[in-house]
This record gives sequence, structure tokens and C-alpha cells, in this order.
Amino acid sequence: MSAYDGVVQELIDELGQLPGVGPKSAQRIAFHILSADTERVHRLATALTEVKARVRFCEICGNVSEEDQCRICRDPRRDGGLLCVVEEAKDVVAIERTREFRGRYHVLGGAINPIDGVGPDDLRIRELMTRLADGEVTEVIIATDPNVEGEATATYLTRMLRPMGIVVSRLASGLPVGGDLEYADEITLGRAFEGRRSIDV
Amino acid sequence: MYVSDLALTDFRSYGEALLSLDPGITAFVGPNGQGKTNLVESIGYLSTFSSHRVASDAALVRYGASRAIIQAKVVSDERTSVLELELVSGKANRARLNRSPLPRARELLGMLRTVVFAPEDLSLVKGDPDGRRRFVDELLVLLSPKLAGVRSDYERVVRQRNALLKSAAGARRGGGNADLRTLDVWDEKAAAAGAQLTAARVRMLRDLRPHVQNAYERVSSGQSQAEIAYRASVQQAMSDQGSEPGGEDALTNADLVEAQLLEAMSRLRPKEIERGVSLVGPHRDDLELRLGGLPAKGYASHGESWSLALALRLASYELLKADDWRSDGEPVLILDDVFAELDSRRRNRLAELVAKAEQVLITAAVAEDVPEQLEGARVDVMGSVATRVR
Ligand SMILES: Nc1ncnc2c1ncn2[C@@H]1O[C@H](COP(=O)(O)OP(=O)(O)OP(=O)(O)O)[C@@H](O)[C@H]1O
Ligand SMILES: [Mg+2]
Ligand SMILES: [Zn+2]
Repeated sequence: MSAYDGVVQELIDELGQLPGVGPKSAQRIAFHILSADTERVHRLATALTEVKARVRFCEICGNVSEEDQCRICRDPRRDGGLLCVVEEAKDVVAIERTREFRGRYHVLGGAINPIDGVGPDDLRIRELMTRLADGEVTEVIIATDPNVEGEATATYLTRMLRPMGIVVSRLASGLPVGGDLEYADEITLGRAFEGRRSIDV
Repeated sequence: MYVSDLALTDFRSYGEALLSLDPGITAFVGPNGQGKTNLVESIGYLSTFSSHRVASDAALVRYGASRAIIQAKVVSDERTSVLELELVSGKANRARLNRSPLPRARELLGMLRTVVFAPEDLSLVKGDPDGRRRFVDELLVLLSPKLAGVRSDYERVVRQRNALLKSAAGARRGGGNADLRTLDVWDEKAAAAGAQLTAARVRMLRDLRPHVQNAYERVSSGQSQAEIAYRASVQQAMSDQGSEPGGEDALTNADLVEAQLLEAMSRLRPKEIERGVSLVGPHRDDLELRLGGLPAKGYASHGESWSLALALRLASYELLKADDWRSDGEPVLILDDVFAELDSRRRNRLAELVAKAEQVLITAAVAEDVPEQLEGARVDVMGSVATRVR
């Protein structure tokens, strides 16, 4: 049952789909938009359509990018032998802030999570394998989140990468276990990079 | 240790409540449904993040409110700490210690140690294994808070593994091929966390055992002997598969248990895929209780069952008392409505055994239900208002 007529309810429903926005907040945001001046609402609407039109995912690493390839993949100063695998594009931002890492990234788009129906084929693992085929990358650092799903993904990847003769290490020490990478502060994350450990399988 | 102050916001029937408590005995007295249990339940929850009455946290938040807050000042020999826990329906708890937020709520576990005696305890003896597993795990976490992480990781891994097995079972029935490439990974994670949990439980059980025997003897006046043993599903699976499962010693060796779990899972794989659930691991284990050689469940009388349930709680209290390396002092004892359930002999025994504890919080519908030996402070509870009267 909808409490409001047509378009207002549609807006509330759409807002309610956003992460972290419950029905109450959706209603509050909707009424805020209704009472805001047309100019500002227009700017918000433009920002939304522009971001969708202009920003896509880097064809190499899966990071967000305004071009076919992202800034990091295009940067020749980056160490092409070193690759850091993360769950989300926001993790790239978190790691870049530490300024500790000089290699390139690969964004999986999530972690293995059977409860949510996410298996290896739903992640960008095939793309990772293709990328590693030419032998340029010699070390892979797996920086998935330090929780159950992130650890399972790390183990799964390690089992695939080891036989290819690639050095695989896991970001671990110092990160709060059970947490999200993006919430780790810069110093902790920086230390985690220095203290990365090789994984035994 | 003891709780010197308690403040509740939107917890159960309490909108706002403030209460000062002394060490020693305090009885909460008032007619049925006035909010006595709600008060002591909040202290128990702060200690273990679980209620002795309900499995889900939803009922703990005041009806119509969005979150509940439990705050307690806890005094021990060495220090005074302010513990605060915020329960938000459907979300993770948030905790603060001495007013600073903790990165993970579970870091608060172990700061306040309690042992709760309640009518529900009878199901430790008569009920299903999950109640006994909860008993073991809650005590384990009080003794060694870092195991809370192992336990919750293990539960999460089993849920993930079950989801994968279920989808494999579904794919099979639909005539398709199950995608099992990640099952080995989940086996490995389940075995690693499961072995740690199993070994920790069994090691603790060994420490608990003499206390259970001793407490049962005292509560029942030496009528028969209580025995307590860990029944590990992994050992059952091993012997079903014709292997030598090993005894209790083997279960304290996490590396060995991990290897056994992996082997059992690989042999059970077709069955697990068919059933769509994880069949082996600490989530399937049980605590076997025996009286005079017979299983307590199904054999023991009502009174004997009560004695054994009390013995398990008293033993927890003794074990926590013995394990006081941080000099926090004794755990807080909470006796929710238990005296009304007991015959006069058990009542008196229990009263004698707890009378000298550092802090004892008792609830009773009428003052006469509180044994004479437990004379102390009194708080009347009426319509969710608690008033200190003595
Ligand atoms: N989430 C909640 N919101 C509002 N009221 C609640 C909530 N949970 C429980 N109550 C109310 O609290 C009352 C029960 O309180 P409590 O269990 O503390 O009673 P009691 O004093 O221990 O009674 P008894 O002597 O029967 O054990 C009930 O009336 C119940 O409706
Ligand atoms: Mg009650
Ligand atoms: Zn890129």
C-alpha cells in the first residue's frame, strides 16, 4: 500500500532502494527535494545523469573511470609487476590515500558470498586470469576485506594463482578482523601493506 | 565485581530508569509483569549480548522505540568502568567503554561477568542441544573474550556453506550441475574455525567438570554422581566411517580436530549436498549430562534435573571465580525467579551457596519467596518503576 500519490511515492520508492536509506529517510529526502528550489533539484538531477553517462568502469581493472582506461592503469610510472586485488572501487581510493602502494589494481566487484548468491563467475575473476596470462605481473597482493567472505575469496584466488608461479600475499596485520577495508585508517592500512604476509595453502 | 549503577533507555518496558545498587544481596520484589526480570535481564545482556529469555533481540527494545540503551557502572578491585550498549533493531550493537566508542561492540564482552540462574535453566538438562551449546559458548566467551570472534566467524562460515550446499542441492534436483568450485574453500574455513571452537570448548569443559561434580553433590546432598562429557559430531562421523575417533584428549588438539573435520566433510560431501546442510562441526555437537551412569535427559526426575541445572550454573560461577587473573573479583550472580521453582531443600542449599557472593540480584513475585539467608537490600518494582525500599 502506498501512502502518497503517483510521482511522490515513486521518488520515495527509488530513494528507498539506495544503500543505507530506510523508508523514513527516503520520505524525508523526498520532501526535502519537493521543497528545494528548482535550480538545485536540477543540479542534482544533472549530476546523477552525468555520472551515469560519463563514468564507466576501467576495461582493464574495473575501477571507476571517465575514460576506457582509468588514470592508474594509464600511468606508466606504476609498477606493472605488482597487482593489488580489492573488492570494490572504494577500496582503491582507501589504499591510494596511504601512498604506500606503487603497483596497479584489480577490482573484483564484491566477494564470494553464497548467501547473496555471489559465486566466482559473478566477480571479475576471469578478467583477472586473462590479465595475469602474459606473465608481467609477478606478485599479487590480495586486499579483500578481513571478514569471512573476504577471507574465503582470498583463499579461492590464492589456490588459483599459486600454480601459475605468482607470489601471492595477503593484507592482514593490523586490520581489524571482521571489518571493512574502507573504514581502516590510513596509518593502519599503510602498515598492513608493509606487513603483508604470504599465504599458505 | 559489582554493578553500582544501572541506567536504561527504552529497554523492554522501561522508557527511562536509573538505579543505584550496592554489593551484596538485592531483592527485586513486585507482582507479575511489573518489570523485575526486565531489569536484571539488561545486566545479563550487557555481559553476554544475549538474553536468558529470548533468542532474538527485537523484543528487548521498548515496543515502538527504535533503539535501547543499557548503561552500567561496574566496580572491581582495580577499577571502575562505565559500560554502554546500544541495541538498534535489526542492526549491529554499538558499544562504548568509559564513554569512548569501541570499534567493535564485542570488545565489551568479558568486561562484566555474570551468571544467570532462571527457570529456563531446566532446559539445559531437558531441552535440545542448542541450549547446551549456548551455555558452553557464553561461558567460554566470558573466560576468553577473543573467542567471540571465532564463534561468530564460525557461525557465518556455516551459514555461507549451507547456502552453497542448498543451492547445489537445488541445482541437482533441477537436473543441472552444482557449482562446487568454492566448497573446498568453505570446508577449509569451517574446519579451521570449527576446530578452534571445539578445542576451546573441550579444554574449558575439563576445567568445569570438577566444579559440576562438586556442585551437584552439594545441591543434591550426594544422592548420585554427575558426569559431563563433550559429544563431538566429528568423532561420531569418524566412527561411522570406520576410523578411530580418539578420545577427549584428541578434541583439545585443534590441529588434529581440523584434519578430522576436513576428512569427515570430504567423506560426507554427497550426503551434505543431498541434504543441503553442514552435518559436522561444533554447531552439531552436544554436552552429554549423566546422573549415576544414566543420561539425565529422559531419565532424571524433575528434582534431579533441577539440581543438575543449578549445578551447571554454580559450576560456572566457581570457574569464573577461579579464573580471576585480572583481579576483577567474582562474577555478578543473577537469580531470576528461581526460588519459587525449587523445593525447600534445594532452595536452602542454593541460598547457602550464593549467600556470600560479591553481588547477588534476586527477583521474586513475593518477598516470602526469598530465603531468609538472603536478607539484604530490597527494591520494589511496580509498573516499571523501581524504588529502593531497604
Ligand atoms: N519490548 C517491550 N516493550 C514494552 N513492554 C515490554 C517489552 N518487553 C516486555 N514488556 C512488558 O514487560 C512486562 C514483563 O516484565 P518482566 O518480565 O520484567 O516481569 P516480571 O516483573 O519479571 O514478572 P514475573 O513476576 O511474572 O516474572 C510485561 O508486561 C511485558 O508486556
Ligand atoms: Mg520475571
Ligand atoms: Zn584501471
